[in-house]
Amino acid sequence: MASFVYNGKTIETDDEGYLQNLGDWDKGLAEVLAKQENVELTEKHWKLIEWIRDYFQKFQVAPAIKSLTKEVMALENLPDKKEANKFVYELFPEGPAKQLAKIAGLPKPTGCV
Amino acid sequence: MGKKHQTPLLDELKKGKWISFVREMERAAEKSERTEDLLGQVEESYRDKVNHWKHGGMAGVRGYGAGMVGRFSEFPDKYPGIKECHSMRIIPSAGFFYNTDFLRKLADISEKHAGGLLNFHGATGNIQILGMSQAEAEDVFQAVAELGFDLGGSGSDLRTPSCCAGQARCEFANYDTMKICRHLTEEYLDELHRPAFNYKFKFKFSGCANDCVASAARSDLAFIGTWKDKIKINQEEVKNYKKKFDVQKYVLDKCPTKCMWFEGENLVIDDENCVKCMHCINELPKALKAGDERGCSILIGAKAPLVTGPRMGMMLVPFYDVNEDAKNDYEWIKSLISNMWEFWDEYGVSRERIGELIGRVGLNTFLEGIGLEPIPEMVEHPRSNPFIKFTEDED
Ligand code: HEM
Ligand code: SF4
Ligand code: SF4
Repeated sequence: MASFVYNGKTIETDDEGYLQNLGDWDKGLAEVLAKQENVELTEKHWKLIEWIRDYFQKFQVAPAIKSLTKEVMALENLPDKKEANKFVYELFPEGPAKQLAKIAGLPKPTGCV
Repeated sequence: MGKKHQTPLLDELKKGKWISFVREMERAAEKSERTEDLLGQVEESYRDKVNHWKHGGMAGVRGYGAGMVGRFSEFPDKYPGIKECHSMRIIPSAGFFYNTDFLRKLADISEKHAGGLLNFHGATGNIQILGMSQAEAEDVFQAVAELGFDLGGSGSDLRTPSCCAGQARCEFANYDTMKICRHLTEEYLDELHRPAFNYKFKFKFSGCANDCVASAARSDLAFIGTWKDKIKINQEEVKNYKKKFDVQKYVLDKCPTKCMWFEGENLVIDDENCVKCMHCINELPKALKAGDERGCSILIGAKAPLVTGPRMGMMLVPFYDVNEDAKNDYEWIKSLISNMWEFWDEYGVSRERIGELIGRVGLNTFLEGIGLEPIPEMVEHPRSNPFIKFTEDED
């Protein structure tokens, strides 16, 4: 468990920095989380953050990587899944589970990631 | 530094004249507090019969989603040295050939940044540096890269392919295991470094049915060397062996299909019934040799117990002319692999290995999906009935 103060409010995270209370998330907090990860958010980042949050709200789980890469292929007009996956790592160098999910305020993805 | 924790159970494992991982870890602990603490926790794991790593936890380097396996101690206050104790996986050279310069430099890296421990090689086939913290990951990655090595697979991705020493050291090899292993590793580096599969996928290459990398039991796609024509017999050498030991009892009687016998002084093999198990060749290496039409069989679907229980690979391609395909940059096998991955990606679910998917949808559907003609030799194990029901017009 760890915590920091944001807008006068104490934000609790687990040891690895994922939000404990998903309701704490807003765009400003995403900027703070991104800074902790050394990621500078651009419009391309925001598109993925919004998409993954929508997905999570609909299904209550984080998407499989293959759903993410399909979405990225469509969004960025990329020729194949491999290129799409590389593109995700350009935006989030430590990977979608470690950085995209964290910045988007999702719980830590489980499983063998 | 040296012995911070009492380890009566581990001490048992130092007894006897054999090599002991405990003794090696204690040597490393003389220079490393982490490894001292690691010994303490391992002792506790032996006592409690559970491992004391926290469940889950991530570690990694920038740009890759794989290559490091996160380990966090359950008792960071008691064992501060292993609060983080990650492993870094490094792709080995095909056939495990290194020069001493590389080994020394790698040992130095491990002493400087990790617990002074290396795993040569893990069950995955990787070299592993054990006992790293996240803060050191980038430095170690760079240092390893400077030696010309790259990180291996972990998580839901293509795992580091591995092979037996094959033609470099072994007369039994039916094809160049190292060449195809290296080629496919380089071809699929993206699949190795950035997990995007439903679950893990492994290739392993053995030069013959002795299967020194245990590919049949633990790889989704196992390549096992074999031959199509007759075993070559040198009758003079057979006679020499007969003078030395009971060839009937130890070789012929142990042939799994009983397809060998003596006619007078001469050994006869009914090659149509030989399943290429290697037993007779192992026992009589001077007298018997594999034929000239060499290649490999491809087995699919082996896995360890998780999710639906263990399974061995089943025969997918009885004879793959790998020596011919090698001249073509392995085009044939690469197109088959890409069809398989497409099918698995489309129809597989999260955490489902390809063998489990085949079990769920049926072999026929799978073969149609990857564009391979069904043939009667596609069997669960030698001499069993095929899965596929052939109708008259299919012959
Ligand atoms: C000596 C007696 C019998 C022999 C040699 C025999 C042989 C066979 C064979 C070779 C098959 C095909 C198996 C396969 O597709 O893998 C089969 C299927 C079947 N047999 Fe028999 N059978 C015998 C008696 C019976 C009896 C007495 C019954 C029913 C009371 C029966 C019911 C079935 C059924 C329902 C199937 C289809 C199973 C399936 O498709 O999964 N059989 N039998
Ligand atoms: S699998 Fe066969 S070819 Fe490879 S090292 Fe073992 S015995 Fe030799
Ligand atoms: S390879 Fe195996 S099956 Fe073939 S003849 Fe020798 S012992 Fe028999």
